[in-house]
Amino acid sequence: MTVRALRLPEETLIPELSETFFPTALEGRLGDLATLEDESIFILREAAAEFSRPVMLYSVGKDSSVMLRLAQKAFYPGKIPFPLLHIDTSYKFPEMIEFRDSYTREIGAELIVHQNREALARGANPFALGTQRCCGLLKTKALLDALSAGGFNAAFGGARRDEEKSRAKERIYSFRDSQGQWDPKNQRPELWNLFNSRIERSESIRVFPLSNWTELDVWLYIHAEKIPIVPLYYARERQAVVRNRTIVLIYSRDELLPGEKVQWIKCRMRSLGCIPCTGAIRSEADTVPKIIEEMISFRRSERENRAIDHDEEGSMELKKREGYF
Amino acid sequence: MLTFAASKRSESLAAFLDGDLRKDLLRFTTAGSVDDGKSTLIGRLLHDAKAVYEDHVASVQKSKINRSGGAFDFSLLTDGLRAEREQGITIDVAYRYFSTSRRKFIIADTPGHEQYTRNMATGASTADLAIILVDATKGLLTQTNRHAYIASLLGIRSVVAAINKMDLVGYREDVFIRLQRDFLALAAQLGIPLVECIPISALAGDNIVSASENMPWYSGPTLLGHLETVEFRQIRSLDRVRFPIQYVIRPDSHFRGFAGQLASGSLRPGDALVALPSHQETRVKRIVGFDGDREQAFAPQSIAVQLENEIDLSRGDMLVSPSSLPAVSRNFSAAVVWLHVDPLWIEKPLLLKQTTRSVKACVRRILHRVNVNSFEHEPAERLEMNGIAEVEVETSQPLFLDAYTTSRATGSFILIDPFSNATVGAGMVRETFVADTTSLEERNPATRVAAPGDLTAQERHLRHGHKPGILLLGDRLSLAKSLERALFQGGFESVVVDGSGVASPVLAGFLTALYAAGLVVLCTNTTLAPEDLPELPLEDIFKATEIPAAVKQDAETNGAQLIQDTLSFAGKLRLSPEHKPAGKEF
Repeated sequence: MTVRALRLPEETLIPELSETFFPTALEGRLGDLATLEDESIFILREAAAEFSRPVMLYSVGKDSSVMLRLAQKAFYPGKIPFPLLHIDTSYKFPEMIEFRDSYTREIGAELIVHQNREALARGANPFALGTQRCCGLLKTKALLDALSAGGFNAAFGGARRDEEKSRAKERIYSFRDSQGQWDPKNQRPELWNLFNSRIERSESIRVFPLSNWTELDVWLYIHAEKIPIVPLYYARERQAVVRNRTIVLIYSRDELLPGEKVQWIKCRMRSLGCIPCTGAIRSEADTVPKIIEEMISFRRSERENRAIDHDEEGSMELKKREGYF
Repeated sequence: MLTFAASKRSESLAAFLDGDLRKDLLRFTTAGSVDDGKSTLIGRLLHDAKAVYEDHVASVQKSKINRSGGAFDFSLLTDGLRAEREQGITIDVAYRYFSTSRRKFIIADTPGHEQYTRNMATGASTADLAIILVDATKGLLTQTNRHAYIASLLGIRSVVAAINKMDLVGYREDVFIRLQRDFLALAAQLGIPLVECIPISALAGDNIVSASENMPWYSGPTLLGHLETVEFRQIRSLDRVRFPIQYVIRPDSHFRGFAGQLASGSLRPGDALVALPSHQETRVKRIVGFDGDREQAFAPQSIAVQLENEIDLSRGDMLVSPSSLPAVSRNFSAAVVWLHVDPLWIEKPLLLKQTTRSVKACVRRILHRVNVNSFEHEPAERLEMNGIAEVEVETSQPLFLDAYTTSRATGSFILIDPFSNATVGAGMVRETFVADTTSLEERNPATRVAAPGDLTAQERHLRHGHKPGILLLGDRLSLAKSLERALFQGGFESVVVDGSGVASPVLAGFLTALYAAGLVVLCTNTTLAPEDLPELPLEDIFKATEIPAAVKQDAETNGAQLIQDTLSFAGKLRLSPEHKPAGKEF
């Protein structure tokens, strides 16, 4: 295994300590990624042991890919003891759907796909509704419906605290009331690694095993573990338009707005969402190490290209209160 | 040329990747009062360490709010929630991440407002180090006492006093020296072993990342420099294995793996282990992993273990090393931080979670409440939100415990209200009343595991009306005999053991058994010391002082004093009326 192989060698022990106290183990010797891995596996096992109906929210993105690998490790040699749930808005990139189906089949995971068919039948789309309402229907409502349809009382999510300011205050076990809503002022205190899993029948907990990972950690782990990811993360010449200073990938002529012309742009996705609302970035990074190199030189956050976060100051917090992940 | 450049680039990238994977992770917490400039400090630290993205900086510049008095409000980089942006205070624990070329950091940013003591306890519970802000214009405040106390209570060994707003006191050395002296005195009082005082200005950026030109008299590290280099690793004992079973992996009928996070110690295939609470013995067969079997595992790794024999083991049980067992007890004293608006009262039904074990519990006695501003002990019958007290806890099932100061992972617990499901308290184990064995061979009635339904020490105490006690009376056998009668007539179950000439270990085992039976034992032996009875609480042992040869002739007056002392010791063993068995059953 790659990460653990990088544990500090014996001679980096502080000499006077190793002489006096040998044999002793020093905390922190594991290296930070292995420490994060151990912590996340603990969280996955804890929730799987304590909740009757857990499910993993699988968004097909890089964070989900890491979370999925951690779940494989947590229960090895057993199978992952809960299904994966993908909320499909129908506006996802075709490469995501293709990857989702082939990869989950390959690792033998159980996959549930859920869509808000009613809203889609009424023609829900971000252009007509605006990103706020569209997300509300196709993501938040779809998610809450899927959770209640499956009777799930714990849902793993790949959210990280470093992603966005309101997420910085999120607990690892995030309590949701019977409407699936989050009350940031009334969160359960979380001390040590002792999580409170007690809930009433209609309530649920969102569990965030990657809470303490940063975007760079995720990429380093993907590199170290050779985790497969959706090819959209790698830079390639792609058909796109530049709309509101954002590069939007174009899959069919129907997606073009009046006056727009398709061009070939070497670009990649830094985070994956819905086609109309997730912008690409110009990039030459076509391998994971190059992506990491690019990241280190980045001075802009990964969610900057996500329209939903920027509708209004504090808009992510509002969405989370309503039940968004 | 091209190839060379390319290979050089990939080499440096490989070096970076390798270096980054080797970095260690320092978790620290920050505490300060409302106006100490804590959010500004963290914003400044993140900004100057280049850990803030440009679009975040731009959104702060665009924001309508600027409370800082400077050109750029650094505190807005960290104040996450709408409500606190509006009120201008940080209302909950927020976690921040940044790294430098030397280390990665996780900051638990906790609010300093009085009613949020619980938040600081939360942030401190996972931290290796605490930064406590001191406003140079105000000096040490009662809040400073509180913050330092909570840091020490939650076992943080390394504290930084960031003396902030040095710009407002003209960067004067004498101000810093005075505050440093005050803080060092406070830390010494609390027993915090590692303290660093650094004069800074978060607003102006002095001594945060680069050394301040305004304070040439200061030669110590900058704040970031200190964080990057401070030694924070805990030395852990390899042989004290604590492996709480978290999850049983059973893919088919042939494989049973016990998964969990190693709380302390290390494991190798072949190592002998004892399962608690069953006390069955076993050995590690394999340490199974997705990436192949491991040769050795260390705390705090998450592992899965296959054992050599089939034993009864499930979630909530614990595998431990036979050479160093934890205390197995239903009764222990602990420091508790109360986190909820509904106060804690004696006998309030609670759930307790410790490692992976959840049991019913209640607080039998509040020994005292701690005034976190003055550190004074106050009598208390209830504990309000943000209160801290020393209490006696009783649980429905035994727990496998270590003192918190020895092991955070096996000495910490949370309390949950079984009706509202709220997390209402956080506790740190002080000592167990039925202290544990050092080895399996020494299993005796005083230290035996109390399985559900077993007769408990408490039940014996209640029948006898007193706690057991050991009185070591040297060579005064006749005195022992007269005391035996006096105590017996006073309602004690007393017995004389003539231990003269008996080897200490043998006598110690015998006395421990009599102690477990709940008796008051009067023992004569000239060499046995209280330290030879490690399983028994020291307060239950009385040792008569030696009579110096010079005053031997004065034995009669000495004897009178001794009788008075022993009777007063025995009096303390008597149960007070409030010790009556109210609500004994759960």
